[in-house]
Amino acid sequence: MSIDLKTVKHISKLARISIDDEKANKLKGDLNNIFEFIEKLNELNTDNVQALTSIAETTLRFRKDEIKSENIREKILKNSPEENKDFFVVPKVVE
Amino acid sequence: MSDITSQSLFELTSNIKEKKLSSGEITKAFIDRAEKSKKLNVYVTDNFEKAIDQSKKFDSNPNFDLKLPGIPIAVKDLFCTNGVRTTAGSKILNNFVPTYESTVTQNLWSQGAILLGKLNCDEFAMGSSNETSFFGNVQNPVGENLVPGGSSGGSSAAVAANLTPVTIGTDTGGSIRQPASFTGTVGLKPTYGSCSRYGIVAFASSLDQAGPMTKNVRDCSMLLEVISSFDQKDSTSIDYKRNNYSKELSKDIKGKKIGIPKEYRVDNMPDEIEQLWKNGISYAKDCGAEIIDISLPHTNYALPTYYIVAPAEASSNLARYDGVKYGFRSPGQNLIEMYEKTRSEGFGDEVKRRIMIGTYVLSSGYYDAYYLKAQKVRQLIKKDFDDAFSKVDAILTPSTPSSAFKIGEKTNDPVSMYLNDIFTVPINLAGLPGISIPAGKDKNNYPLGLQVIGKPFDEQNILNISYALEDKINFKNDISDWWLRE
Repeated sequence: MSIDLKTVKHISKLARISIDDEKANKLKGDLNNIFEFIEKLNELNTDNVQALTSIAETTLRFRKDEIKSENIREKILKNSPEENKDFFVVPKVVE
Repeated sequence: MSDITSQSLFELTSNIKEKKLSSGEITKAFIDRAEKSKKLNVYVTDNFEKAIDQSKKFDSNPNFDLKLPGIPIAVKDLFCTNGVRTTAGSKILNNFVPTYESTVTQNLWSQGAILLGKLNCDEFAMGSSNETSFFGNVQNPVGENLVPGGSSGGSSAAVAANLTPVTIGTDTGGSIRQPASFTGTVGLKPTYGSCSRYGIVAFASSLDQAGPMTKNVRDCSMLLEVISSFDQKDSTSIDYKRNNYSKELSKDIKGKKIGIPKEYRVDNMPDEIEQLWKNGISYAKDCGAEIIDISLPHTNYALPTYYIVAPAEASSNLARYDGVKYGFRSPGQNLIEMYEKTRSEGFGDEVKRRIMIGTYVLSSGYYDAYYLKAQKVRQLIKKDFDDAFSKVDAILTPSTPSSAFKIGEKTNDPVSMYLNDIFTVPINLAGLPGISIPAGKDKNNYPLGLQVIGKPFDEQNILNISYALEDKINFKNDISDWWLRE
């Protein structure tokens, strides 16, 4: 199989990464090369193989829901791309 | 006493404990050398001023019971450091200052170490040559215009160039062991679950592990002892009794069964690497180990499996970079446009490529054909190792299929770049510990490494085998300091 330009554009939409036509064409070539390499897996019959979902085979632990960090609100908001002392600011969402 | 910066961690800690050197003297020596070594481009962010202050503080009230007493250490810029910029080599985190500390770096500071700075790496640890970093190439101290390997390329170069006594890197598919091999240094990827992933910028969560990168095997055992710990903050951290790796380090490997997998002989592998492997085998025999031929039949499927699993996990992990709460933002007319422009301008080409692969293999209609298939093959790869380890105690292979290559040589061909990790990727997929030690040189005098792979949680055994081999190999790096300017 091969990945066409339309598919590349669709994936970029899903991934929320805008790309222009030139980049999309370049990506199409790269992705096809990579998938050609990945297709090798189809040589193997895996009908009776259980998928490996966790290498560590641990069960998730429960813990008490406790507040452990001090008030770091200001420090966290300092990393915000658009400054505002109380909120994260984004472009208007509701018209 | 030899020059401060060329001393091993073991020597430096002994000299501090015997009061022959102060933390201040050591810290200053590494900073002075870094100032003259800017050409290597190992630092993304330095912490020199604070490091000097902290070293003075240590000297005024030293605690010699600590395992890293007043030792300055630079770390890969993938570990979040509280109050010190952490970029993951990406434009999208260019101005990110964490409000928390990763567990493994906290373990360093709790044992007396001092942060020297943050080391360059491939963007989000995606790369095998450090060329995908937003902050530029790193030069391999072994030779000019040579890549230092990746993704922990700043780390491997910093250790080889004597800019930090030891460092920690992360390894998702070979990112500690391959750069160690390219720079003539030692790098260990621990068993999955040995070192906490808390506070490490996530790439592929089922594969990522932090590990030590050092000048020699003893230092490696000392550093692993500090960074490996059970951590409540990482749900995949495993609670087991860890060894005192440095105390239990031994060259006695008599009777150990070492497996040699025939599938690790790949097409076009240089003769030098075949020879290096043969030498390693004969040294292991000299040490009293028993050599056993084994088979890991699914080896050839490891890379294709990895290039489904790792990008799938990455595309999900990197969804958080949306320009809203931290990091780079590109303005847009509406929220969606802001996300799309932020991610388009904030990520580099390789990262975008992998997000796209991951998004595709997880997308509706393709999940079974790719992601589920890969997880099944991952099971087969793990089973290969389970079977092998019923017959042997450890496995010996080359670390990489080639020595370091020139900057720019492989950047236009992603697949040829991916092939670098052919011997290291299977170990991550199976969650096993693996170590690369310098074992010889090729015709250009570039270092080559051998890899020792162990059973889960059997780091002590692979350290001991490496310690014994290191002694027989007696590798000398002979780095000429070509980059230094006064």
